[in-house]
Amino acid sequence: MFESLNDGLTAAFKTLRGKGKLTEANMRDGLALVERSLLEADVSYQVVQDFMAAVGEKAMGQKVMLALDPSEHLVGIVRDELVEILGPVDPSFDLRGDVTTLMLCGLQGSGKTTSCGKLARLLLNSKARPMLVAADLQRPAAIDQLHVLGEQLGIPVYSDRETKDPVKVCQDAVRRARDEGADVVILDTAGRLAIDQELMDELSRIDKRVGPDQCFLVVDGMTGQDAVNSAQAFNEALELDGVIMTKLDGDARGGALLSVKHVTGVPIKFIGTGEQLEALEPFRPEGMAERILGLGDILGLVHTAQQIVDEKEQQELQQRMEEGSFSLEDFKGVLTKFSQPGLMKKMVGLMPGMGGLTDMMDQADADGDVKRLVGIVDSMTPDERRRPKLIDASRRSRIARGAGVEMGQVTDLIKQFNTMAPIMQSMAGKGPLARMQAVKELQHSGMLDPGAQAPRVKKGTGKRMSPRQRAQAKKQRDKALRRQRRSLRGRNAGG
Amino acid sequence: MGLFDRIKRGLEKTATVLSTDIRDLFKAEGRLVDDAFLGEIFAILVKTDMGGGPATEIRDQIRTEFRGRVIQMSDAFAVIKRKVGELLAQPPQPLRFAETGPTVIMVVGVNGSGKTTSIAKLATLCKNQRKSVVLGAADTFRAAAVEQLTVWSQRIGVDIVTGAANSDPASVAHRAVAKAVEENADVCIIDTAGRLQTQVNLMRELEKIQRVVRAQIPTAPHEVLLVLDATAGQNGVSQARGFSDAAGCTGIVLAKLDGTAKGGVVIPIRQQFDLPVVFVGVGEQPDDLVVFDVEPFVDALFAEV
Repeated sequence: MFESLNDGLTAAFKTLRGKGKLTEANMRDGLALVERSLLEADVSYQVVQDFMAAVGEKAMGQKVMLALDPSEHLVGIVRDELVEILGPVDPSFDLRGDVTTLMLCGLQGSGKTTSCGKLARLLLNSKARPMLVAADLQRPAAIDQLHVLGEQLGIPVYSDRETKDPVKVCQDAVRRARDEGADVVILDTAGRLAIDQELMDELSRIDKRVGPDQCFLVVDGMTGQDAVNSAQAFNEALELDGVIMTKLDGDARGGALLSVKHVTGVPIKFIGTGEQLEALEPFRPEGMAERILGLGDILGLVHTAQQIVDEKEQQELQQRMEEGSFSLEDFKGVLTKFSQPGLMKKMVGLMPGMGGLTDMMDQADADGDVKRLVGIVDSMTPDERRRPKLIDASRRSRIARGAGVEMGQVTDLIKQFNTMAPIMQSMAGKGPLARMQAVKELQHSGMLDPGAQAPRVKKGTGKRMSPRQRAQAKKQRDKALRRQRRSLRGRNAGG
Repeated sequence: MGLFDRIKRGLEKTATVLSTDIRDLFKAEGRLVDDAFLGEIFAILVKTDMGGGPATEIRDQIRTEFRGRVIQMSDAFAVIKRKVGELLAQPPQPLRFAETGPTVIMVVGVNGSGKTTSIAKLATLCKNQRKSVVLGAADTFRAAAVEQLTVWSQRIGVDIVTGAANSDPASVAHRAVAKAVEENADVCIIDTAGRLQTQVNLMRELEKIQRVVRAQIPTAPHEVLLVLDATAGQNGVSQARGFSDAAGCTGIVLAKLDGTAKGGVVIPIRQQFDLPVVFVGVGEQPDDLVVFDVEPFVDALFAEV
């Protein structure tokens, strides 16, 4: 997700990085690149203008010259501003009393019906009893589609093929909800064009007469500049309470979200990240902003990891990571855990600066690969799993035969493991903030350039110096440094 | 106002006049082409979804041609329209029909772009040309997609071949083409499930459908149409790339152009992939599919100016 925007921004900040000081001139270049990047990400022109003005103003007021790393300073400002625009969030449904009514609206093809199903799944997970209502009487077979979803979820679907009046369908449905044992009613309304006044009127009639507790606007993540216009139209016709953005599992940059937020001002509730009914996630502006900026989202990573690995297992894993005894066997375990569809790629996408890696995984077909990787590890002896260094050419060819793969794939797996292990080790046993720091260090070391070799994790030398010894060592280092400088200066003067 | 200020103002006026192009001196009204003016032009260009690249290119051309002059907005847009027209220029693109036997048209696109509705319109178009049509409902994935196309086939009055939910789409495509061959139909239109261009496995499925179709008619599919949502932004470029790579698209159907969206993303697509727009969807009725024509499209891009 967002790699494309990510790539653009990474490029923009690279031009700032390494220039030492952030001058007004090079900040202007950097900001211009950010602006271009945002436009390429489909953020509406006006919103980009406002955003750039705000960022420029904030940056100018600060003593950026004194900042240790000026580019980080600017990253911080851009990020904060993005977070400010996108937040605050509130992923709750605000279920109250007897029956809560949720209404979904949006343009044709934005993904309303699928989102209805995903919302229902989410509600089921939180022990609510949802019911779907087919209020889309326009599109052929929309009612059938909702019934299929209802069957998959095992929840009631209300439809009335006799009437042509969606207001009546919704009113009847809400009345019927209690008999069906439902406590949340989800209205799937017909898709429409923003400029179709007749259909917009119909929508606001449902809004007024049925009075849904929450009304969500569903927006296609691939929407371009028009997002402003359609959001405006829906915002005027209805009392919106939240936004759901769909189709963010592709390479869409999702900049329309900024535009929609800017226009409607209502919280962004969820994002759709796949075709499965489970693929609806609570929206987090920090995650989005940091993803946009290439910082990734360690918190999201941790959050997802916690959902998958149970606590005890996690502690064991953590311990092994800290000890550096994380083996291929553990690697396999983690891979298997992540091998549910789409998850692997999502996880890697969440890692900062790993945009390039997800591209590679796209080509490599991530989910299918996991099975192959597990097969390779299974073909190894326990010794080899613990110490991959043992694996020489003849062992490699044996493993490849055993797993039914090319020898190169065995080599690739070991390389992959060698890259992942130090990252995991360096992040283990640290809080979220320390993890961020660890990843930042990794970024600086150029590690996150895919294809680059992993840095070695510092291991204890077994010797610990007393404060006094440390002070002495420092003194010596400084002395050596001074001498070096002096000799350098002398050479310069001489030459 | 003091005397000094008066003189100063007078001089300012002269200075403006002096820096004005002689051709514009006697124009009653107009705008000086300065940074603010160019900014406005850029905003209008970007709002068509043509993307920052082409917008910058065109703005810079306006700058070189008119910088420092006083012109009417309409002068600038005459140039812009000409330039965009050139970018989009294409030979007339009628559908290519097979010389003998059925013509196979495959329709691809991302989820919700408007494939099924576009197919209904395409079938209507063919039927109006007195061609017999067989539809292949190879979107076996999305719930009730088959039903949706079946409803359309009944409304239009054309044959349809369907398969069970989640069955192999290639087998549906195979049977649709077989039926078209057997009944000597003129056109066979194959619907496919919506997919994001980044989903490698699903993109491979498109290749499989093509292989299966080709096994029966070696020259098929004769057309592979990418349905692009006119509201799409710059991701449209990625869609064009992904679907062209996997399915060898021959043209674009620009759907949902009846809203406020401009569909300007076809400009960078045309620049990068030479993929022509064949049809434009302009409404919700089966007849609302028109052959793409550059001039009215460009006029509509800048209709509000």
